[in-house]
Amino acid sequence: MLDLLAGFIQELRAAGLPVSLTENLDAMEAVGHIPIEDREAFKYALGATLVKNHAHWKTFETVFEVYFALRGAEFGIDADDDASGNGQVGERQEGMPQAGGGGGMEALTPEQLAEMLYRALANADEAMMRALARQAVTRFAGMEPGRPVGGTYYLYRTLRNLDLEGVLERLMQSARDDASGELTSLEERLERDEFESRIADLRQEIEAEIRRRLVADRGVDAMARTLRKPLPEDVDFMHATREEMGALRRAIQPLARKLAVRLARKRRHGRKGPLDFRSTVRHSLSYGGVPAEPKFRYPRPAKPEIIVVADISGSVAAFARFTLHFVYAISSQFSKVRAFVFIDGIDEVTRFFEATEDINEAVHRVNTEADVIWVDGHSDYGHAFTEFWNRWGHEVTPKTSVILLGDARNNYHASQAWVVGELRRRARHVFWLNPEPRSYWDTGDSIVSEYGIHCDGVFECRNLRQLERFVEHIA
Amino acid sequence: MSANEHRFESVATVREGLRSVDYLADDGIAGVVYLADRLQKPVLVEGPAGTGKTELAKSVALATGARLIRLQCYEGLDESKALYEWNYKKQLLRIQAERNAAGWSEIEDDIFSEEFLLTRPLLEAIRADEPVVLLVDEVDRVEVETEALLLEVLSDYQVSVPELGTVSATQIPLVFLTSNNTRELSEALKRRCLYLHVDYPDLEREKEIVLTKVPGVSENLADQIARIVRSIRQIELKKAPSVSETLDWARTLLLLGIDSIDAEQAKDTLHILLKYRTDIVKAEKELSAG
Repeated sequence: MLDLLAGFIQELRAAGLPVSLTENLDAMEAVGHIPIEDREAFKYALGATLVKNHAHWKTFETVFEVYFALRGAEFGIDADDDASGNGQVGERQEGMPQAGGGGGMEALTPEQLAEMLYRALANADEAMMRALARQAVTRFAGMEPGRPVGGTYYLYRTLRNLDLEGVLERLMQSARDDASGELTSLEERLERDEFESRIADLRQEIEAEIRRRLVADRGVDAMARTLRKPLPEDVDFMHATREEMGALRRAIQPLARKLAVRLARKRRHGRKGPLDFRSTVRHSLSYGGVPAEPKFRYPRPAKPEIIVVADISGSVAAFARFTLHFVYAISSQFSKVRAFVFIDGIDEVTRFFEATEDINEAVHRVNTEADVIWVDGHSDYGHAFTEFWNRWGHEVTPKTSVILLGDARNNYHASQAWVVGELRRRARHVFWLNPEPRSYWDTGDSIVSEYGIHCDGVFECRNLRQLERFVEHIA
Repeated sequence: MSANEHRFESVATVREGLRSVDYLADDGIAGVVYLADRLQKPVLVEGPAGTGKTELAKSVALATGARLIRLQCYEGLDESKALYEWNYKKQLLRIQAERNAAGWSEIEDDIFSEEFLLTRPLLEAIRADEPVVLLVDEVDRVEVETEALLLEVLSDYQVSVPELGTVSATQIPLVFLTSNNTRELSEALKRRCLYLHVDYPDLEREKEIVLTKVPGVSENLADQIARIVRSIRQIELKKAPSVSETLDWARTLLLLGIDSIDAEQAKDTLHILLKYRTDIVKAEKELSAG
């Protein structure tokens, strides 16, 4: 048991979760109090003692599932209904398309299977859904032992064959029939949400099934390695998948809120300033003119004015989006925020953010409505900067901090780096944020250091963590 | 407290106990409460506002028949408000009363005795003879430095008063800390606690919560309420409706004598669920768009 847990904790640490020694000891003690056959309770016991941040829970769950999928069985922890997992896999490896738990399902035609799936979803029959998920994976995923492809590939193949979209439509249709007549739009929406959540459950079931089989095929350690996903705050902006993008978007709001609280606090609890003579004399009157209680002036650091100039061409669009989102989410910490976006032309987009309270919507409008194409829609930093300087350069004041966002891949156009130099002369600070890893800078058509020598700082900014650190630095 | 004097027999009894005071716990919640009792460790409860974090502590207190001692945290909380304070007015009176009589050292011994000590929630929880549940509410509101005040209490269940020495707990209180996650709590604090994240309940549980908490509501209406609330939570909003708002909504609908909601009625009462104008507009649009 000790070895098992120690290995599990190793795995968690490798996945990036901070697990301290005391937490380790707590976990050991906790499992002593939990009936070992109860898999759920076991999981929560480990979770409560080892994971102290909700953002890490998902990672924990995956590692838990993978790690205890096979090894747990030796210790009788795996009370899941497919304890026969090993046997199943054995059969499959001999090339027999059989699922142990399916109970005679392999004889079904695809049509019958689809019918059963439909009925299981309509009745929310969980046991049936689980069996069907297993069957679907066996049938459609076409898993071959030793084949070096990721689980997502198998997932895609399975889902393509199940046509869940179609099933959803059919379910909706039957709901309409049941209601004998038209559903109101509200009912329609509720029904759809209900079915969508059931289908999401099915999807998860399928994913878990695929993962189980991959574990059986490749072994726990190899599998755990491939499943090691970065935490949301460590996801690289430029290579995030759709799903990760969603997670990032959700992560940004709480992060911004936290940062805003921290900054406000920092502003209030600044160190003591110089002696306030007036106030000291005024207070000394109550002590008969003896300045018993010295008063100090508290520094009130001015809130900076921010101008964000962002490249929104394809490769760095996501990065620009997140930065804009983030800066606006804490805009209360700045006296004023203005935003400009460019590809080869440049446009001010502040109006989108002022028009609505909903940052998401504003960011969306920036992407669809801003007028940023001048010639061909390939990044031209030189032209965009010159244009910026001519039209808005005089509005940059010594109170302004200018933040330039982009990878500085200029497609071999003229750099016009003098603009950045002029900006710096006029503004309080000029910063450059580059979403590329530092080792790529100045390779190919990237000319970041040409601009960089005119900036107060050039920062690598590849994930939320780095972005947060930077914003804290300037505010 | 000796080892066999636990508050709960098993995870199931936790759930039963909480249910008897109308708190519906899921597996995670019941499991962690059970562990907290067994390991004698505090529980840090995090989650969105209005999901029943504070309610959990209250319900546990009610279920175990323990006294609830509550420390509401706020910015600027200090040890005189959290731990203890000397009642200096009384001390002053004492000194004046004895001005000519006793020697100084005698008075000194006297004025720093328990009689002049004002206990605050943390010390009170430690000194209590009967079983208590200590609730440290919204711990994320205090500054990082103040968090340190809690550490001694949380890990060793004792408080050091320089003039009196160390006061140790006669019984180990069950401690709940709640946090709305407005800032990251310090590692030191987290390490000493069990962690519990309370999220919005799933459909079934929410429906049951509505049924238990709002007497008189019909099964059908509760189901509809839970489903509409789930749909609304899926929309990206500034502030998703919390469980308490769901309950308010259910009560309102009951008062209005509605037992099956249509789109119009839902729209008219949305302001009970949602508190931002933009959110309401968005939800109205979503609900009518289908």
